Amino acid sequence: MTAVLEVSNVTKTYPGAPPVAALTAVSVTIHTAQRTAVLGPSGSGKSTLLNVLGTLERPTQGTVRISGREVSALSDAELSAVRAHRLGFVFQAFHLLDHLDAVHNVALGLTYRAVPARARLAAAATALGRVGLAGRLTHRPAQLSGGERQRVAIARAVIGRPAVVLADEPTGNLDSATGAEIIALLGDLADEGTAIVVITHDQAVAAAMDRRVLMRDGRIVADDGGPL
Amino acid sequence: MRAADVLLGGLQGLRARKVRAALSALGIAIGIAAGVAVLGISASAKADLLAQLGAEANLLTVSAGQSFDGSPAPLPATAEPMIARIPPVQSVSAVAFVTGASVRRTAAILPISTGGITVLAAQPGLLATVRGGVASGVFLNAGTARYPAVVLGAVAARTLGIDQVTSGTQVYLGGQYFTVIGILSQVPLAPEIDEAALVGFPVAHALLGLDGQPTEIYLRALPDQVQAVASVLPFTASPAQPEGVQVSRPSSVLAARVAARTAFTGLFLALGAVAILVGGVGIANIMVISVLERRAEIGLRRALGAARRHVALQFLAESLLLAVFGSAAGVLLGAAATGGYALATSHAFALPGVAVAAGFGVGAGVGALAGLYPATRAARLAPAEALRSA
Repeated sequence: MTAVLEVSNVTKTYPGAPPVAALTAVSVTIHTAQRTAVLGPSGSGKSTLLNVLGTLERPTQGTVRISGREVSALSDAELSAVRAHRLGFVFQAFHLLDHLDAVHNVALGLTYRAVPARARLAAAATALGRVGLAGRLTHRPAQLSGGERQRVAIARAVIGRPAVVLADEPTGNLDSATGAEIIALLGDLADEGTAIVVITHDQAVAAAMDRRVLMRDGRIVADDGGPL
Repeated sequence: MRAADVLLGGLQGLRARKVRAALSALGIAIGIAAGVAVLGISASAKADLLAQLGAEANLLTVSAGQSFDGSPAPLPATAEPMIARIPPVQSVSAVAFVTGASVRRTAAILPISTGGITVLAAQPGLLATVRGGVASGVFLNAGTARYPAVVLGAVAARTLGIDQVTSGTQVYLGGQYFTVIGILSQVPLAPEIDEAALVGFPVAHALLGLDGQPTEIYLRALPDQVQAVASVLPFTASPAQPEGVQVSRPSSVLAARVAARTAFTGLFLALGAVAILVGGVGIANIMVISVLERRAEIGLRRALGAARRHVALQFLAESLLLAVFGSAAGVLLGAAATGGYALATSHAFALPGVAVAAGFGVGAGVGALAGLYPATRAARLAPAEALRSA
C-alpha cells in the first residue's frame, strides 16, 4: 500500500486568549484505497484534522505530505492546484449551487483544472451515471432528495479521479437507509483505488470502514490501523 | 481556469440573482443613458447649426444704427452700388424701412393694432442674398415691385392669420390694400425679415413716400474674404460718416448658439457622471453583500481548487458584466432618447461614436473599480472558515 496522505506531528493552534489547541502532535498516514473513519466527540479536532488533510488550513506545526510531496511550503496557487488534482471533498451540507443543475454542479469539480467546458459536461454526465443519477442531469438541487443531492456532491468530488476523498459527516443530514447507500457508494470508490476519509458520529458508518481513528481533545487516542 | 470559464461563471452568478443584478445595473444604465443622450441630442442639434454656420458664415449686414425715434437710420443712397463694387462681394441687396406704414388685415382694424409688423421696401435679389425660401406664392420681381403687391415674412403672415396665398388675398398697408403674392419661410439669420411685409422699392416710392435711402444692406462675400470685406464696409457704405455704420455677421449668433449648447452639454455630462458614480457605488454595495451571502460558495470553490485569484476574478467578472450590461442598456436608452428628440424636432439623428465608446468604456471602468474591493475581500476569505459559515 502506498501512502497518499501523511500528516506527521501536526499541531494546529487558533490564536485567541487563551489560544485554542485544536490539534496536538497528530500523526496519521492514509493509504491508497483505504477507507478510514475518524470518530470522536464534538470539539475533538476531527474537522480541523480533515481541513489540514485537505490543505484548507495550514498547520501551526508539523508537515503534510500529499502523494509524498511536502505541501507546507507551497503558495496559495500551488496548494489550490493540489486540491484541484489530488483531493475531493464531500460535505454534510452538500454545498451544491442552487442555480446550477446537477450536471453543471458536478462539472464545477473540473473548472479549476482548465478542462474545456464540453469535456467537463461529458465527464460530469458520466460521473452522475456512476452514482446512479443518469436520469437527473438537468435537475436543480431543489428538485432532488437529500440522498440524491449527496450523490451529486460525491460525483462532483470524484469527477477528477482524486487520490483521496475527504468526507465531513456525509450522512449527517440523511436518514439511515439513505446514509447506508451513500457509505456503500463511497466504499465502491475505494475499490477503484481512491482513499476515503470519513468523519462521522455514526458507529454503523464507522463499522463499515476498513480503519477507525478515534480522536479526543485534539489527539488521536486510538487507531486500529485497519487490515494491513 | 480558462477565460471563458471566468465569464461563464460571472454570468451564472448574475443569473442566480436576476432581479438584483438588473436593479444594480440600472444605476449605471441611467448614468450612461444620460451621458449618451446629452451627447447625441447636442450633436444632432449642433449638426444642423454647424451646417447652417458653414453655409451662412459669409453673410454680412450693414446698417446705420437707429435714429432718435428708434426707427432704423438711413444709409446713403450710394451705399449699395458702392458695396457691389467690392470685388469679393458676390451678391448684395438693400432694404429700406418704410416709416409710418402699418399693416392690418383690413381697414376696419384699429390703426394701433400693427402686430409689430414692419414694412420694408426690398429688391427682387433679397431672397437669394439671404438664402430665404418662399413657403407659398412667389417673391417680388421687377414687375410686381411696381404694383401694390406684398410678400409677408413668416411671422408677419402668422400674425395676420394668412397661411396660404390665394388670388385676392389682400392686406391694408399704409392706407391702401396690397395684394399678398407670397409668404416666406423663416430666415434664420435675418429674423427682421420674418416680421416684415416686403414691398417693391418703386411702389414704396410712389405710394408710401419712401425717399430711396436704404436702411439695411445684406451681402455675401467670398468665404475666405469675409473679414477683409467687413473691414472696408464702413468706408464704402458711408465715406462721410464711416463711424456711424454698423457691420455685423449674423452667423456669429449661430456660433454663440453652438457654444451655448456646448456649455449645457458639460453640465449634463457632469450630472450623468454623478449618476454613473452612484451606480458604481450601488454595484460595489451589491457585490459586497453578495460576497457575504456566498461565503459557502467561495469556500466550496476553494475546496474544488480555486486559487485566490480565481475567486477574485469571478467576482470582478460579475461586477464587470453588470456594468457592461448596464452600459449597453444605457447606450440603447440614450440612442433611443436621441432618436426621439431627432424625430420630435426633425433634426438629423447624430450619435457620435465617441459617445457610444465612452459610454461602454466608462461603464466598464466603473464596474471594474466597483468590483475591486469585493473581489479582494472574497479572495481573502479563508476556505475552511468560509465553508464553516454555511
